[in-house]
Amino acid sequence: MNKIFSLANIQANKNCKIISVEGGYGIIKRLDAMGIKEGKIIRKISSQPMRGPVLLEINGSQIAIGYGMAGKIIVEEEE
Amino acid sequence: MKVLLMGNPNVGKSVLFSRLTGANVIISNYHGTTVEFTKGIMQISKKTIEIIDVPGTYSLDPSSSAENVAVEMFEQGNIIINVIDATNLERSLYLTLDILKKNKAVIIALNMWDEAKHKGIKINVEKLEELLGVPVIPTCALTGEGIKKLTDRLQEAVNPAFEFDDKWDKIGSIIDKVQVITHRHHTILERIADASVIPITGIPIAITVLLLCFWLIRFVGESLIAYVFEPLFETLWLPLMMRLSNLLGNSGILHDIIIGKLIDGNIEFMESMGVLTTGIFVPIGAVLPYIIAFYFILSLLEDFGYLPRLAILVDVLMHKVGLHGLGIIPMMLGLGCNVPGALSSRILETKRERFIASTLLAIAIPCMAQIAMVIGLVGKYGIKGLSCVFITLFIVWILIGIILNKFVKGRSPEIFTDIPPYRIPHIKTVIKKVWMRSKWFLKEAVPYVLLGVFVVNILYTLGIFNMIGKVFAPIITGIFGLPKEAVGALIIGFLRKDLAIGMLVPLHLNLKQLIISSVILTMYFPCVATFVVMIKELGFISMLKSVGIMIIATVIVGGFLNLVL
Ligand SMILES: Nc1nc2c(ncn2[C@@H]2O[C@H](COP(=O)(O)OP(=O)(O)OP(=O)(O)O)[C@@H](O)[C@H]2O)c(=O)[nH]1
Ligand SMILES: [Mg+2]
Repeated sequence: MNKIFSLANIQANKNCKIISVEGGYGIIKRLDAMGIKEGKIIRKISSQPMRGPVLLEINGSQIAIGYGMAGKIIVEEEE
Repeated sequence: MKVLLMGNPNVGKSVLFSRLTGANVIISNYHGTTVEFTKGIMQISKKTIEIIDVPGTYSLDPSSSAENVAVEMFEQGNIIINVIDATNLERSLYLTLDILKKNKAVIIALNMWDEAKHKGIKINVEKLEELLGVPVIPTCALTGEGIKKLTDRLQEAVNPAFEFDDKWDKIGSIIDKVQVITHRHHTILERIADASVIPITGIPIAITVLLLCFWLIRFVGESLIAYVFEPLFETLWLPLMMRLSNLLGNSGILHDIIIGKLIDGNIEFMESMGVLTTGIFVPIGAVLPYIIAFYFILSLLEDFGYLPRLAILVDVLMHKVGLHGLGIIPMMLGLGCNVPGALSSRILETKRERFIASTLLAIAIPCMAQIAMVIGLVGKYGIKGLSCVFITLFIVWILIGIILNKFVKGRSPEIFTDIPPYRIPHIKTVIKKVWMRSKWFLKEAVPYVLLGVFVVNILYTLGIFNMIGKVFAPIITGIFGLPKEAVGALIIGFLRKDLAIGMLVPLHLNLKQLIISSVILTMYFPCVATFVVMIKELGFISMLKSVGIMIIATVIVGGFLNLVL
């Protein structure tokens, strides 16, 4: 069993798989429209200090999301 | 018949639009370039077709007021050209499936075909067409490849009976059947892109880029003035005006309106205040060179794709003023002209953010026209005076932002945006964009400045400036420490801020007074063009509040500067 993190606190530059997206209906729907949902492989590219936004890569394109939202995306590391 | 270009942000809808209609629209490499709809006309086999370019959207369920525009327009379209991004097929199809479920005839432009090839993405177009049941045409809007085919097949647009249970399952199964991706290494652009958003490298890069931009704008602006505009005015326009001045008898009301006052027997473009001297010189001789320089640099930044990355880096700071990182985009555009700046606040999601963004913009972001004049006037005293003006405005921006963030009701969501890849700016697009924006500036500025100069002469002759000056002397002299004649500049500032700064020239102010008047002229009220846009965007009541904040802040800041400088 791999360790489980939220996207906000996982290390950058590791591929990981989304195991769930928490949060309200609105957030889930917006993330869903961008393809961020359960089962997807994503990679965190960078995060900013002081709870700044997280940049992630999914399907070869990049999306910036706030720290709070990143905390709601639960992922596990892929080997 | 109405044809609508619908698609995700930044997929090339506006490029396609200008290809189809020949109309010029602004194109840049970030999401949210288009915030209004633009209509254009196209002829296909003798039929006239109306084409509409709209803002990009991820779904038919809008989350910003720009997306709202798109979804509202969607209802009006007869045919939808769904522009999708071949390098990001999966996400693009999310909106496509939404569209196919509605009762509209659809045709798909599979754009960025060239980039997909470079990225090693292969898409089986016939198969995609068969699976979706609508025509799919690969295009490269930038070069025009595939456009002919798109227009030829426009009549084939259909509304397929399209059924599915789970959207992502359906998309997954389509992708499996049509797309093959071959792995490839990171390109150098991708590495620079990553370096610009990792804090240790990103912050030094941002500082370097911004300083370089300031330096370049000043360098290009000054060179244009020294080698192009000044010689033109001195050797061509001045002799012509001198001759006209003689013809008009060197004085009299008509002479004063057209040529202005002679100073030691000469025309001084900055001081004479004639319609054909100062009125022409301010927008064209003094401001236009900086407008060209600014938009040249801004366009490079936009087309390279730097702005959204800057947004990531400043996100934390922007949250202090109640915005998220993308709030930097209205501010950057506002430095050119507050009008497009205020419009671009539409890319922000909530009313609260749009109120804060436009208020901050109107209070503390001087437009390039005003900056150019301030550089000309205050810059004579060296860098100290200029830094004083701009640092004051920056502090005002932050303080008022913090206060607004505390007291304005509503919600400021987190940043949530697509970050486009870096692209090498297409030089023709850049030049076209600079040309469009400069032309737009001249169209906006010249009539208002001419009118302004005319009004100045009338009000001056009738003694109205003098009257108002006496009434407001307690504020202007008492609080701001300026001569009461400065009231003229404050009145004309409602019309054009550049001309207002120009009106300070004959007053021979000292450095302290120049700094104070440059700051209060930025803050006290937006120019009429911005004012109109803000009323439209914010509504009357919010605009009233915004104006109240501006006036109070001006009195406090102006008075404070007068005390401490
Ligand atoms: N390589 C390549 N670049 C393209 C193509 N079409 C557009 N671009 C670039 O993609 C970027 C976005 O183009 P726009 O036309 O502004 O995109 P848009 O869909 O109107 O974007 P919004 O108005 O923000 O929704 C620009 O930098 C274009 O130069 C294409 O076919 N190939
Ligand atoms: Mg556009």
